[in-house]
Amino acid sequence: MNHLVIAPLLLPLLTGIALILLRGSANPLRRTLSIASTLALIAVAVGLALESGSVQVYRLGDWPAPFGIVLVADRLAALMVVVTAVLAAAVLLHASRGSDRDGRYFHVLFQLQLFGLNGAFLTGDLFNLFVFFEVLLIASYGLLLHGGGARRTRAGLHYVVINLVGSTLFLFAVGTLYGVLGTLNMADLARQAAALAPADVGAVRAAGLLLFAVFALKAALAPLHLWLPGAYGHTSLPVAAMFAIMTKVGAYAILRVYSLVFGSDSGPAAGLLDPWLLPLALLTVVVGTIGVLASRRLAEQAAYLVVVSAGTLLTAFGIGGGAAIAAGIYYLAHTTFAAAALFLLADIIGRARGGMRDNLVAGATLPRAQLLGGLFLLVCVTVAGVPPLSGFIGKFLILQASVDTPWLVWVLGVLLVTSLFTIMALARSGSTLFFATDDRAVSAAAPRGTDLAGLAALIAAGIALVVFADPVYEFGSTAAAQLLQPDAYLAAVLPDEPPGAAR
Amino acid sequence: MEILVALVIAVLTACGVYLSLRARTFPVVLGLTLLSYAVNLFLFVTGRLVLGAPPIIEAGRSVYADPLPQALVLTAIVISFGMTAFVVILALRARAELGDDHVDGEKEMRR
Repeated sequence: MNHLVIAPLLLPLLTGIALILLRGSANPLRRTLSIASTLALIAVAVGLALESGSVQVYRLGDWPAPFGIVLVADRLAALMVVVTAVLAAAVLLHASRGSDRDGRYFHVLFQLQLFGLNGAFLTGDLFNLFVFFEVLLIASYGLLLHGGGARRTRAGLHYVVINLVGSTLFLFAVGTLYGVLGTLNMADLARQAAALAPADVGAVRAAGLLLFAVFALKAALAPLHLWLPGAYGHTSLPVAAMFAIMTKVGAYAILRVYSLVFGSDSGPAAGLLDPWLLPLALLTVVVGTIGVLASRRLAEQAAYLVVVSAGTLLTAFGIGGGAAIAAGIYYLAHTTFAAAALFLLADIIGRARGGMRDNLVAGATLPRAQLLGGLFLLVCVTVAGVPPLSGFIGKFLILQASVDTPWLVWVLGVLLVTSLFTIMALARSGSTLFFATDDRAVSAAAPRGTDLAGLAALIAAGIALVVFADPVYEFGSTAAAQLLQPDAYLAAVLPDEPPGAAR
Repeated sequence: MEILVALVIAVLTACGVYLSLRARTFPVVLGLTLLSYAVNLFLFVTGRLVLGAPPIIEAGRSVYADPLPQALVLTAIVISFGMTAFVVILALRARAELGDDHVDGEKEMRR
């Protein structure tokens, strides 16, 4: 058994507990501990990713699956953990410049959120997926309200209520699956679903679609995206940057459950999402782009860009097939860093503009406008998918994967037209922020070099995705191959049962 | 008995859905609570209803209750209990900060 698999869970959990015991608000000791733990998490995650070529299984308490609970690290799960760790380190670097002082338990909640995220990515059990969703949601409720304020409280109330409803639906779906199939281990579910009695097909399909509704809610798939702009647009911006990974948890769960449990060769429940995923994903891109055009604050615009990126990502997964999923995995890494970079930049610009915050209205000439403007250009080029940065490569790969499919016209039309509108909206925001100056307004203090550390880390991660595009895409291709051929996953989790055996 | 339990779950769910669609925070919290009761009951009966059977292995027994849903429902109860407490506090804070118990925090237009 490879103990590295459980390290990404234990590290943030133990750090979080240690941070609770170190009383007091954000001080250098807590910050150092939190950042050091997250940097160690990157090292652990990279180590795990290097070993994930063969599926790594960790049996908790050494109970054999499907009776015990397993953690499973395949390529996709390991990549998600790496992306989360890199994002978390960059966000912590930024938050440690002051905004973590707005509430007492920022670092504690942040580490527990990492615990929930890594658990959701690594678990091989459907009920544990629910539990880790709850862990990351409870931490996110606290983080969302970090700093306080009436608007934030209202957005937080909406976010909490809709996620509680989502959790209830998740439990209904899990209960139905257990009632019919008698197991909750995902590999075992796949085996039982493949040998399903015809009378039970309806119940399993209903549970599968109910699960899809839950994951679509987390992934902000239209029409279940309405909670996202309010929640992300009104929380504190470093928290919103960390939340860039949250919609990807939903996309990850869709990819995992529907490739494994309801995969193409699992008999009567196969092809469950085909009529839904791609049309809704394209609709999400369109709706999100309209929001991007209509936004009046940079943070709100970034929140709608998260909706657009969720739609683009699920478009790739909806096209299906190895090339599209590999393209989606590359796009996932890119869009997480890009969206987070835009939120952090909105925070930096908002602070430099003083009372104007990040509202898209003419304000004073920004201090160090050339530096900030250059960074804004760089981030927007990445987000909008203009060559030469990672957004272009991601979108190009998705379009390329759609070439030989019947949906080529729709995917090409929607993605290219919305990209144009996104560029227009971002260009308008940039010219308002940097060119349309109003001499009567006063700006606040200029950002210091260290304030830009987190943003610089994210931009560097984006550039690394360009330089190492080939290895990353190669990694995504092997991840897609593992997903499309789940035999290795099943054999790793359930070594004692021959393929196709059903109780 | 199956029909009775199914009816109870159905009524709890229907009341929960209706209440959680209301515009005031208190009915919404009640609705979420009823929904969580309904789902806990639902999880509990996914192991099928068995009378007078133990969930652990015993000599001379052939009928057992499924122990796994009991463990699942314990987890679900703990989580929903914690979340109810959290959402009550959040609703109180929203009432204090927004000056209204409307879920959107706006003064209701009384007709």
